Amino acid sequence: MRVNVTVNGEQRQADDVWEGESLLFVLRERLGLPGSKNACEQGECGSCTVYLDDVPVCACLVAAGQVQDREVRTVEGLADGDSLDPVQEAFVEAGAVQCGFCTPGLVVQAHDLLDRVPNPSDPEIREALAGNLCRCTGYEKILDAVRLAASRR
Amino acid sequence: MTLTPAELTSAVSGGIGTSPQRPDGNLKVRGEFAYASDLWHEDMIWGATLRSPHPYARITSVDITEALKVPGVYAVLTHSDVPGRNLYGLEHKDQPVLAVDVVRYQGEPIALVGADHPETAQRAMKKIVVTYDVLEPVVDMETAADDTPLHPGGNLVRHVPIRRGSQDVEAEVVVTGRYEVGMQDQAFLGPESGLAVPATDGSVDLYIATQWLHVDRDQIAAALGLPQEQVRLTLSGVGGAFGGREDLSMQVHACLLALHTGKPVKMVYNREESFYGHVHRHPAVLYYEHGADHTGKLVYVRTRMYLDGGAYASSTPAVVANAATLGVGPYEVDNVTIDAYGLYTNNPPCGAMRGFGAVQAGFAYESQMDKLAEALGMSPVDVRVRNAMTEGSVMPTGQVVDSAAPVAQLLKLVQDKPLPAGTSSDIRELPGGVSNTTHGEGVVRGVGFAVGIKNICFSEGYDDYSTARVRVSMVNGELAAAVHTAACEVGQGLVTIMQQIVRTELGIERVTVLPMDTTIGNGGSTSASRQTYVTGGAVKAACALVLARLDGRTDIGDEIIDETTEWRHRATEALDPETGQGNAHVQYGFAAHRAVVDVDVDLGLVRVVSLDCAQDVGRALNPQAVVGQIQGGSAQGLGLAVMEEIQTSGGKVRNPSFTDYLIPTVLDMPPMSIDVLELADPHAPYGIRGVGEPPTISSTPAIVAAIRAATGLALTRVPVRPEHLTGT
Repeated sequence: MRVNVTVNGEQRQADDVWEGESLLFVLRERLGLPGSKNACEQGECGSCTVYLDDVPVCACLVAAGQVQDREVRTVEGLADGDSLDPVQEAFVEAGAVQCGFCTPGLVVQAHDLLDRVPNPSDPEIREALAGNLCRCTGYEKILDAVRLAASRR
Repeated sequence: MTLTPAELTSAVSGGIGTSPQRPDGNLKVRGEFAYASDLWHEDMIWGATLRSPHPYARITSVDITEALKVPGVYAVLTHSDVPGRNLYGLEHKDQPVLAVDVVRYQGEPIALVGADHPETAQRAMKKIVVTYDVLEPVVDMETAADDTPLHPGGNLVRHVPIRRGSQDVEAEVVVTGRYEVGMQDQAFLGPESGLAVPATDGSVDLYIATQWLHVDRDQIAAALGLPQEQVRLTLSGVGGAFGGREDLSMQVHACLLALHTGKPVKMVYNREESFYGHVHRHPAVLYYEHGADHTGKLVYVRTRMYLDGGAYASSTPAVVANAATLGVGPYEVDNVTIDAYGLYTNNPPCGAMRGFGAVQAGFAYESQMDKLAEALGMSPVDVRVRNAMTEGSVMPTGQVVDSAAPVAQLLKLVQDKPLPAGTSSDIRELPGGVSNTTHGEGVVRGVGFAVGIKNICFSEGYDDYSTARVRVSMVNGELAAAVHTAACEVGQGLVTIMQQIVRTELGIERVTVLPMDTTIGNGGSTSASRQTYVTGGAVKAACALVLARLDGRTDIGDEIIDETTEWRHRATEALDPETGQGNAHVQYGFAAHRAVVDVDVDLGLVRVVSLDCAQDVGRALNPQAVVGQIQGGSAQGLGLAVMEEIQTSGGKVRNPSFTDYLIPTVLDMPPMSIDVLELADPHAPYGIRGVGEPPTISSTPAIVAAIRAATGLALTRVPVRPEHLTGT
């Protein structure tokens, strides 16, 4: 099938999409956007989190056909050219990035949190990020990063 | 001898002792960092692996006829298509690239498919017909040595005995215990993946996520029947490792498919396949007896421990040696009897995971120390301090600990930290969280302590070295440097450390880290907490050669200074096979934890309220990264304490998914306050002490001690599950 979707503000088209493909597969393998990650492909780790019409979703759980004529924003669409989004900047500065495989999903999820709750409490941050697994950091520096980003936005 | 760290200042910013940003950080937060699973090549096809559903079976036939007919399939390969040696392994070459006539674990690879789409490959795999004669699996590590032999030499992979002092001395106070450690998974988030690109001359390039490029290369070349120079590896982005990428997974498979089809081949495991695709932490059964005098001074420790290596040896021999040599913990004991056994079974193969044998022993000996404290009426910290190793102490192997061993100091540091406030009234901070299972009723608090010891770098006489190349030239009128190694960056931040070392040594701020590949000599393994030590040492040594040639110049015109050197840490010795005596280790690392937990005793739910750590790192080359390692290692220890276990039944894995194998989320992790000591090791570059593994050892027993303190239960097995607490 053919899928037409707006990704990071651009109209994109993917052809010969098998009906069983996920949005994650289409982004990574057909549209050249591998930033959203494939850590579990079963909606448990959050590493593929993208905005679908402004709502964060696990791209691995969205069938490609479901995004027809809708808007997707991925981690690749957060920075403004060379200048990083404050959330991205804070993740690097705070040491929240080690292997970085969880980072794209966490950056999108934290970005959404700070859009909704500009100054979240620690329990609010923890609850918002509870669907994003990180295996390297123990989360302390991710919390630092979200606090830092909140202080700057 | 312990030295106070010398003040090493850098002429430029971003040198050692500071925390500059990672050079790959911006790419990673933008989603533009190329991990192994992100690679793409024009005209590439997809590889997939058919695996055994049985833990132990004879293969009576494999029929690939129908699979080959599936449109879009380029190749279906079996063991007969392996042109070189069909056996590989880190220490024993006992594991088939593709099974021949027997499978020894569930998930063992049997056949490969190359196809135009992952789904095509899956459909073709379903058409491969394998017939089996299913056999009774060997699953009990304690009886495996006398059970059906799974390999020609029998099921005992290695026995490490240690005998020191009197073997029959008696003591006033004796405590005994039997402890079990479940099978933990590394659960790195980036699945096993890579891209193999065939060349027209019959050679191959592999872009791969691994922990050791050269040992991968050597094993791949042997399996492909190619000279080593015809197998070129380049490290792609690695999404965590923690030991799980020391063994081969899809490396040979992708190269076989690429060379067979003449097309680039991408292989990416999904999470379920990842659980079958790499080795795990050895489950263990450990018997301990501690004897002490009435003052709490240890008189003897006797232990017999079994480590389940599963179907293939992997790094089991070295894991067993670690469990044995570190088996009494960071304590002085004159009389020691240790027997550690690594066994073959039909359980999933086990090998390296952060802590590497020291974790299993650590849970048991620290549980024993708490038991001893109780028997003596002493506090858990006092009994540990009473026996704490110091610099100059003698290990059970007879090796003298010849740099800082601040065991008592580390314990006191965590003991003196402020305790967290009492049990919260916010349900988000109670066991069960927003499941709203308690508002505080049935919740009890406990505090626990533990300390651990880990060897750093490779041991037992292994020639452990790294190779580094540093190149300096003029860029835009200024000196610029590039550093090149084959040492794998897996997330820990080696790329940053190498830049920092070059900046400090050469006073050059602009330092580029070149891609890690096999065009340069061996960098050694990214394991045993060794890369900052060994590759850091090699980079420092290469800088010294460059510095001599620079000879104070800041303008070298068109000259290019390019120096490559190998660097080794001091040599170690083999263990005596009868007595386990010998200077087997390079360096020892120590960490201590204090855990505070709230336990809902009605439901058996645990919330870790705080998990504070003190660790000696010799010298913190990058303080931010050091704390990140300690927090991350502590989190993996928390996972083993209360949730993480690959559950097997008759050799079959029951929970190969992130739905059923739980790793800590941000809701499970408490705040972690970290104290970093910097007591320089005079034998190590800059005085550093390997940092990655020690926190994983003491975290688990500290948490379990806290749960025991809260509940009064014995708790002899990790992970602690709700039914262990409720008795239901």
